[in-house]
Parts: sequence; C-alpha cells; structure tokens
Amino acid sequence: MAGAPAASTDPDALSWYEATARQRVVALADPGSFQEFLPPTERRMSPHLPLFDLPRAFDDGIVVGRAALDGRTVLIAAQEGRFMGGAFGEIHGAKLVGLLRAALTLKPAAVLILFDTGGVRLQEANAGETAIAETMRAIVDVRAAGIPVIGLIGGRAGCYGGGGLIAGTCSRLAVSEGGRISVSGPEVIETNKGAEEFDSRDRALVWRTMGGKHRRLIGGADAFCADTVSAFRQAALDLIGRAPAFDLATLEAEQARLESRIERFGDCRDATDVWARLGVNDPEAVPAMDTRAFDETVSRVREADHDAR
Amino acid sequence: MTLAEILAGVFPQGHSVTVRDGLVTGGCPFAGDKTLHVVGVDGDTPLGVDGALVLSRAVLDAVRAGDKAPILVVVDSDSQRMSRRDELLGLNECLAHLAKALLLADRSGHPTIGLIYGHSAAGAFIATALATRVLAALPGANPSVMDLPSVARVTKLPLDKLQEMAKSTPVFAPGLDNMVATGAVHVVLDPAKPLDGQIRDLIADLQPGDDRDRLGEERGGRPVARGIGEAVIAHAGRL
Amino acid sequence: MESLTFRHTTKKPLPGSVPNAITGVVASGNLEILLERVLPPDACEVAIATPVAGYGAVWEAVVADFVARAQPGGLRISINDGGARPDTVSLRLLQGARLMEA
Repeated sequence: MAGAPAASTDPDALSWYEATARQRVVALADPGSFQEFLPPTERRMSPHLPLFDLPRAFDDGIVVGRAALDGRTVLIAAQEGRFMGGAFGEIHGAKLVGLLRAALTLKPAAVLILFDTGGVRLQEANAGETAIAETMRAIVDVRAAGIPVIGLIGGRAGCYGGGGLIAGTCSRLAVSEGGRISVSGPEVIETNKGAEEFDSRDRALVWRTMGGKHRRLIGGADAFCADTVSAFRQAALDLIGRAPAFDLATLEAEQARLESRIERFGDCRDATDVWARLGVNDPEAVPAMDTRAFDETVSRVREADHDAR
Repeated sequence: MTLAEILAGVFPQGHSVTVRDGLVTGGCPFAGDKTLHVVGVDGDTPLGVDGALVLSRAVLDAVRAGDKAPILVVVDSDSQRMSRRDELLGLNECLAHLAKALLLADRSGHPTIGLIYGHSAAGAFIATALATRVLAALPGANPSVMDLPSVARVTKLPLDKLQEMAKSTPVFAPGLDNMVATGAVHVVLDPAKPLDGQIRDLIADLQPGDDRDRLGEERGGRPVARGIGEAVIAHAGRL
Repeated sequence: MESLTFRHTTKKPLPGSVPNAITGVVASGNLEILLERVLPPDACEVAIATPVAGYGAVWEAVVADFVARAQPGGLRISINDGGARPDTVSLRLLQGARLMEA
C-alpha cells in the first residue's frame, strides 16, 4: 500500500497546513489502519490535462479509502491542495462521489472529508461542477441514512467555490486558523468587482472575512482546532458523536438561524463589527488569540453552537 | 423564451407566480391536478445570501405542507453574488442550505424539476438547477462555469486555442451543448410544443437515484466519471 | 508534455520488501515519484512525464547517478514532474528508495 513517509506522521507534531493529503490521512487514522481505494499504482489519471499540456497526478489530487478511528470504521477523502489547487476535476470528483455512495452500503461510523480546494478545475470545469452537484446529493443521502459526514478544513488551498457549498452540506465542520471557507475567493471578487469591494492583497481582511475564527464565531463551523493532525482527529471524534439529523426540522432550524444572522449582521461592514455584536469584548484581539483564549471567547457566544446544519 | 412565456406555457389557465428582485416564487394548480410550486431566479440576477434564503423558505414551506407536489426551479441567473458582505455572512452556508432544501424536498416525495432558460453559473447553478432531480433546458440557455476569456486568463492559454479546443472537448467549454454532454442537463425541451405536457412527462418519467454520470458517459462529455465511481464502490466492497 | 524512459541494470536488488511507495506532490517546482517492486532484481526502469521539454540529458544524468548510488534493482519508478530542479529530483528519488527499503 502506497503511504506517506512514516517518519513524519507524528500526529502531535505534524502541521495540518503543511502536511500533504496522504500524510494527513495516515496520521489522522489509527496507526496502520488506512487502506486506499484506487491507489496511485492504479494510475487513474486525468484524461483531460494532457490537452492543456499540464502534468497529471497518479491519484488526480484526492486520496480516498477506509480507516479506523478509535477502532471504528470510517471512510476518508483527502484533497491535495498543492496539486492544481485541490480543484475538482472529473476523476477527482468521481472518487469522492464513489466514496460517498459506497458509504450507503458499508455503513461506516462516519465519512470524513479533508477539504483543501479552490473549487472547480477550470480545465475540466463542466465535469468538476457536475461532480460537486453529485457530491452534495450523495452527502444528503448518506446523512439521511444516519451516517455523519464531517468536514475538516485547514489546508493551504482553503475551501472555496463549490468546495464551500459541499462543506455547507456536511453534518459538522472543524476548522483551524488557516482554514478558509468561502464561495468566491478574494481574487475572484477583486477581479470582478474591484479592489474597493475586496482587496485580495489585504491578507488580514481575507482571514477576518473567510478564516476559521470568523466561521467558528458565527456558527459556520462547529469546532476550532490548533493546526495539528491530533487536534483535527480529536475534533472529528467529538463531532461524529453529535451530528444533527438530516430532516425538515434541522433545515427549518437552519433557515431560522441564517435568517437571524442576516437580520442581525446584514449591515456590518467588517467581521470585527459582527464579533462586537456577538458580544465579544475585544473584537480587535480575536485574530491574535491562541486556541485556548479563542475557545473561551467562543464559549460565551450563543450563536456558535447549534444543531441547525 | 422569456419567463412570462414559459409560465404561460406551463400554466395555460393562468398563474400567480411573482418575480421580485429577480427571485421567482409561487404555486398554482397544474395540468388540472395538484399544485406545481415554482421557485427560481430570473433576469440574469446574481444569487446572494438574501435571495438564497427567500428561495429556501419557499421550498421548505412546500415540504412542510406535505402535499408532495412537484417543484419547478426556473433559472436565468448570474453566478453567485460576488461581494464582501455575502462572504462575511456565510454565502456558502446559504447556497448549501438552498440546495439541501431542494434535496430534502426530493427525498420527501416532491418531484423537483429544474428548467434553465437563460444564463447560470458557478455557485448559483449548483444551488438551484443542479440540486433538482431532473434538469431540463430550453434552446438558447447558456449554463457555464466560467466564460472562455476568463478561462484563458486563468489557464494562460491563448483564447483562439481555447476556442479551437472547445469544439472537440466538451469537458471544459461553456454552453448548453457541453452541459448536456456532461450529463448535468438531462434533456432539452422543444419550445414549439406545449410546455405543460413536456413538464408533465418529465415528472412521470422521473428516475430514482442520480444518473448524471451515466448520461455523461453515454454522451461522451464525461468519459470516465461513472467508471471511476463504480470502481471506488467495488474496491470498498472488497475490503 | 515530454515522456522519457531510462532502463538500467543494477548490481543488486534494492533491500526490503515494501511493494510500492509514493512520495512528493505534483506542484510547481516539485514532483511525485511512484516506486513499484515489479521488475527482475537486477533491473530498474525510470519513466518520466514532464511539462518542461528539452532536458533529457539532465534527467539521464540524474537518474544514472541515482541508480549508481541506490542500486534500486527490481524497481519500476514513475515520475510526474511539475518542473522540479535536478537536486529536488535526486532528493525525492533517494527518499523514495528509503521508503521501499523499510
């Protein structure tokens, strides 16, 4: 079985942000338990990238398989953000769709999606977009079967475009400081609407608007992790145990939650305005807070925790 | 076709579907039978957090009514609304919520039919038309992920080369034909025939499950996706 | 894209019994290397796909140096290159061989 270098997979030391998709999966799972479906030796590579004179990857930028997490079987997909920005191409998307459909018969304790994506791979845009729609339908089917689908977000490509919509379909999300969740990326907004609307070079603005801390505070994510594999593992285990059902009551609650958010914060210009209205004492201090201080801040924000997803 | 012409064709007896700020909502007796709910986006309008929640509210109301009435999702939209405010307020959650509402409706016994008659792109397309069970189009519709000049900018390939490649490679090029080839659009309707009958036939012929990868394989626009998905399932089953 | 294949005869097989391994990521200035123990114990084949054309002689030298140092008998090595520099290639090849020896 093709795996990552064994020497660098200490989950306490390994940075989620810096790790490759393979390193994340191997270090996240119980030691030695990961088994990959369609591993690199099968060479399922993009039939389209050669037309663009672009290099291919043996796994098309996503690792899918089965593993144990605290002894329980889970299915895992991990996107490689460094290959084509982790974007959804035809094979990349089909592997994720296949994994979710497999969950319906295998009935694992959970499906974990390790997002690291800029969205659709433009060279295979129509296939990528359709795969995102198939993925969302499959996630709903899996959730309705009582299997939690947990998203983990902390990679260098963030979770953008259709990836952001898939994340919003999951039962629960864990995010780190480096994780960003958004539909339009900073550069996309700036290119289409101008730097007055969004200055993509203002990195602090990017983190405030799309970053893990903002998403956690407004209830867009359910757990905030330090940037280590073990922190994400702990978060995944915790979230599997408290995943909301997929039914009308949950979606009615989500409707009310999102309507209330827009009513309360719809006129805010900046994330710090939102945080102030959420009752955060010193909003300007949030970006520099360490995980413990931030967790304390979150514990006083009523909107952060809910079953409305 | 315009939205007014489409609605006149779907509801020959008249209707009360309204359009406000580019958002379409309403419902009327259809084909002499039960209600047909209508939601959607008109006028090449971008879909932001506010609009997504208006549409999801209408869909959830239909589900709560429990009548299992079909839901028609009409689409002539821009992409998602690109703004700092929308992202600050969690556009990904709002668009996903709309898609989930449509998928819940489908699971709850409401046939969901998409009808794209104009433009649509990216997040708005995924949250509306692509979240229905069967997606129909009218000739002249123009779904896309990104227009070719933008693709040229991002891929750093000359526009004329991309235009040449687009003729033989449906997988990346914008346009209705390519989305049909990919399997995302199930069928193109005939504007010369009565629309109500064509919609009724779509509802009567609804297939269980998600057959878009099979269509993409048969039509050649997505040659390997179905096989890859099946191979993952087979591999998972062997372990 | 340019495809290159180099075949070598080694003095001995690579120790260890790991059937295959992968290292690296296809990204700008990086590459991925897939190693499979599928050849006769005195044979090594290295197949490269690279978007940077015209560097066949450099690849040939880097591969020959690796084969001489690692004696990777039995390995079929497949490389997806993202435009890596020769020193990065050498490093990854040796990394890959170490994974196979485990």
